[in-house]
Amino acid sequence: MTDPQTSADPTGTSSHGSGPFIAAIDQGTTSSRCIVFDRDGRIVAVDQKEHEQIFPKPGWVEHDAAEIWTNVQEVVAGAIAKAAQDIPGFTPADVKAIGITNQRETTLLWDRHTGEPVHNALVWQDTRTDALCRELGRNVGQDRFRRETGLPLASYFAGPKIRWLLDNVPGLRERAEAGDILFGTMDSWVIWNLTGGVNGGVHVTDVTNASRTLLMNLHTLEWDHKILASMEVPAAVLPQIRSSSEVYGTTNVGGLDGVPVASALGDQQAALFGQTCFAEGEAKSTYGTGTFMLMNTGGTPVNSYNGLITTVGYRIGEEAPVYALEGSIAVTGALVQWMRDQMGLISTAAEIETLASSVADNGGAYFVPAFSGLFAPYWRDDARGVIAGLTRYVTKAHIARAVLEATAWQTREIADAMTKDSDVELTALKVDGGMTSNNLLMQTLADALDAPVVRPMVAETTCLGAAYAAGLAVGFWPDTDALRANWKRAAEWTPRMDAADRDREYKNWLKAVERTMGWIEEEH
Amino acid sequence: MPGPIQSLERAAAILRLLAGGERRLGLSDVASSLGLAKGTTHGILRTLQQEGFVEQDPVSGKYQLGAELLRLGNSYLDVHELRARALVWTDDLARSSGEAAYLGVLHQQGVLIVHHVFRPDDSRQVLEVGAMQPLHSTALGKVLSAFDPVAHSEVAEGELAALTPRTVTDPAGFEQVLELTRARGWAADLEETWDGVASVAAPVYDRRRMPVGAVGVTGAVERVCDESGIRARLVAAVRDCARAVSRDLGAGRF
Repeated sequence: MTDPQTSADPTGTSSHGSGPFIAAIDQGTTSSRCIVFDRDGRIVAVDQKEHEQIFPKPGWVEHDAAEIWTNVQEVVAGAIAKAAQDIPGFTPADVKAIGITNQRETTLLWDRHTGEPVHNALVWQDTRTDALCRELGRNVGQDRFRRETGLPLASYFAGPKIRWLLDNVPGLRERAEAGDILFGTMDSWVIWNLTGGVNGGVHVTDVTNASRTLLMNLHTLEWDHKILASMEVPAAVLPQIRSSSEVYGTTNVGGLDGVPVASALGDQQAALFGQTCFAEGEAKSTYGTGTFMLMNTGGTPVNSYNGLITTVGYRIGEEAPVYALEGSIAVTGALVQWMRDQMGLISTAAEIETLASSVADNGGAYFVPAFSGLFAPYWRDDARGVIAGLTRYVTKAHIARAVLEATAWQTREIADAMTKDSDVELTALKVDGGMTSNNLLMQTLADALDAPVVRPMVAETTCLGAAYAAGLAVGFWPDTDALRANWKRAAEWTPRMDAADRDREYKNWLKAVERTMGWIEEEH
Repeated sequence: MPGPIQSLERAAAILRLLAGGERRLGLSDVASSLGLAKGTTHGILRTLQQEGFVEQDPVSGKYQLGAELLRLGNSYLDVHELRARALVWTDDLARSSGEAAYLGVLHQQGVLIVHHVFRPDDSRQVLEVGAMQPLHSTALGKVLSAFDPVAHSEVAEGELAALTPRTVTDPAGFEQVLELTRARGWAADLEETWDGVASVAAPVYDRRRMPVGAVGVTGAVERVCDESGIRARLVAAVRDCARAVSRDLGAGRF
């Protein structure tokens, strides 16, 4: 996808406000970024650096955590330098706090005495723990730990990855049991290093990241010792679980001097926070290569019977935790990329809209991109992609339209599952991510959901969420109401589709989804 | 009628030569193949190189066809690409100006709104993407008419309808407006399309400095104007935004 977020270099826009500021680090799957925000939540400086994706075997994905830490230091220094260049009178002391958001579930173990990783980090996409997860399910299956953790036993989550490392790195289990090894998702790794590393770095994680380990009890927000025993993970490696918004320590990295490190949130939770979804029933959806939709369910963790995940949304300091339901779609923007790179029907991602706009409807065609099975709410790994309803009438433009509709109907399926689980009707959907520049898609989404779709003025909701949480912790912003006041509507799409048309189209979509299932006959 | 221009004929022959057979040729190969003096050949090759039609390999010094030739045949900028590139900059324009931001392109005899960012005041607003605005009275339309010759010929053939008492309707007067627009690099609409509404816009260029669209803000005349016309702060914000989008288009591939 054309990602307008990456081009947000604000040099040349002279109209930015003056200090003080909050910085946020986004340690993402493909890159690390640092953004400096002003009090209105506007971007004043950005720096970004990509890191290597390491694929040792099919299905294995790793990151070099030392490279990531080097990049994080560089982007913090880079963003501070850019701010100093663009803002008259700026000094690093104008940065009042720094927050962290991160790729979730990516798992690292390192030596607490040397600060050196014992192995590359195992990335969330890495599927090497598939078999281990099945084994851990015993006779119960995927839902063995769901009541405690809100999660299915799946290879994404950190717990089984820790176990794999302990089992496969020679001598590691002994060192871990002796207390020489620390575990962390990328938030913990970055915070430990920011706050001094081997020289007194704090070993902490926040509730949102901990809720993705399969090791934390959602109700007590503490490590679950029964699960630790089942998974054979020694408690000595685990970080302390803290809130998402509090001062963990201070940092001197990148030209900063004693600046509080004051927030940590998993990336999707940070986007929920940045979209200011602070009330029960408010939801956001982030449209990238895949899509993640989260709905605030308030103070209670809602069990899902419809294929969603129960997770912690955020916790501000000593306040009660806020929970969320999460639904993920594997293929959304990735389908547009597939049309561009594999099919060659378009030359840029944005052209999908041009092609799709050249016809008034899908011509009867439906495209279900179950390229690697169906995610929420179905969770069928025997499904494969299908284009249904083809006739001689159908052109590439109809297929382009079906591609955009696929994203809309997949979102509708998640929204329906959320309504069933929570009894809360979706009143509006806040959207972000690269695909929100596609006007036809956003209109189609409003039509499919029969609810307004709204885009905020800041595209960088993930970093903004981390900045907001850090700013709250140090009193830069007084409360969440002040953050809400910062949220500005940039665009809103209202449903225009006739109810009968919507019902017919959704029914056809569901028929097409049925036809994807059972394609793979044997699991391997 | 004058005869063919010899140097253009020779340049065309060089391009044909580089397009066929071996992909890279040295200066002497080109010169001898076409029966030209080395000095003459070198001069033509250097001119073609400056225009991007020919590229020289820095190591071997040999020549090959340039990327500009491919772009010539594929020069149309997709409006949805334009919107994707403009997104962050127009969000910022709306925030800093406090007014609604618009991005428009020429479509038939008018301005097609391809992107619209709401005025950041939480009031109820309707997305105007897909709407058409007149070329001769809006700031976006004047910018396109002033900088894009195709838009200029469209507006010159059409009627300058009086939409408000302030609309400029006589062709000579309108040409003066366009001259002023070219001279200062931006255009204004002071209640010339809608009563009580003013707007300001500036041109967006692609990497070859072709005008591909216009970006601007529109709002109530009391907020947008002071005694001297459009507020200088808004003019600066719109021009900054137009430059930023243009730079983004120039930096990227499309």
